[in-house]
Amino acid sequence: MAFIDYYQVLGVTKAATDKDIKNAYRKLARKYHPDLNPNNSDAHKKFQQLNEANEVLSDPEKRKKYDQYGEHWQHGEQYEQARQHQHRQQHDFGGGGRQAFDFEGFGSGGNDFSDFFQSMFGGGGGSQRRQAKYRGQDYNAELHLDLKEASETHKQTLTVNGKNIRITIPAGVENGQTIKITGHGGPGANGGPGGDLYIKFFVADDPRFKRKGSDLYSTVKLDLYTAILGGEITVETLTGKVKVKVKPETQNGTKVKLKGKGLPLYKKEGEFGDLYITYDLQLPVNLTNKQKQLFEELAKSST
Amino acid sequence: MRTKHLIAATDFCVYHQLEQTFINDLREAGLVEITVVNETTYIPETELQKLERMIRLHNELDINVAGIGAITYLLERIEDIQEEIRLLKNSLKLYE
Repeated sequence: MAFIDYYQVLGVTKAATDKDIKNAYRKLARKYHPDLNPNNSDAHKKFQQLNEANEVLSDPEKRKKYDQYGEHWQHGEQYEQARQHQHRQQHDFGGGGRQAFDFEGFGSGGNDFSDFFQSMFGGGGGSQRRQAKYRGQDYNAELHLDLKEASETHKQTLTVNGKNIRITIPAGVENGQTIKITGHGGPGANGGPGGDLYIKFFVADDPRFKRKGSDLYSTVKLDLYTAILGGEITVETLTGKVKVKVKPETQNGTKVKLKGKGLPLYKKEGEFGDLYITYDLQLPVNLTNKQKQLFEELAKSST
Repeated sequence: MRTKHLIAATDFCVYHQLEQTFINDLREAGLVEITVVNETTYIPETELQKLERMIRLHNELDINVAGIGAITYLLERIEDIQEEIRLLKNSLKLYE
């Protein structure tokens, strides 16, 4: 557990007055407030640190304790425990335990103070400035899928704060897309409605296909003879292999659309994107003398 | 008193220790919608998330109604731009 320099967090010196601390906190809070930094987890963390620093430095008792022990807080803690132990022995009653507050999240930021804070001051922060929300807190979760999973409507069970929620993931969900599960966030206060659960999807790249919306793209190797004479090849799609006719005299880089072989359209049952294959012509190597001779004949015939 | 999907503004204001005039100011600025039934003001549940964000901006950062209006507009733009960036990033993968 590392020591946290709360003065540094707020950018003030140890000699800072209450007013300096208040001003520094307000200034930085305006910069890092979670409501002003949507989808910015770095800012949310920073705001949490600011609150913790402010919680300590704006409270004379906490600041005094923090200043007293400073970097040697661990020794301080041991000293404190020893002192309390002695106190209990002498008076035969429980030494005044630290009050633990029910901490209900601040702003839309995080909820826990650091281990350092809890070790030094116990419990969570009981900031009076921040009230719990009437509407419950929104929760955010991440779900990682591969392309195949994203292509099929399926159910998954998530555990959110000890509760199991069974959700249906519609086929065609995109990388980075967020869905809202209404009412599955934190409980509301005083009869207020619950918050929502936001699930952000991360769809892993597939080595075989590139994706653009519901369309897929792949590169298919094509031998010279099939390209020139035409024929049939087997092509891999997301749902299995299909046979594709190749026209005679197909050029390198030719793009062919396989209709409906892309991904399902999000929330549009029965509709699919397309798969675009691009031919990558493979010239023959290690030719036999006979083959070279035949190519020479071909070359002569075309001049 | 709370009817389904509507929250009595008085309950909400008591909970947040808030003057109801603040909600009226937000409504007049076109930032929040409220409903009046039998001369009682209600807040639709769907407005709560937005409204509580505005209250936090007001209480925690001392931002007035005009400032909240400007921030709300900019946040909407940020969200639109973030969505556009997400789509563009996904499209760019095609050329990686």
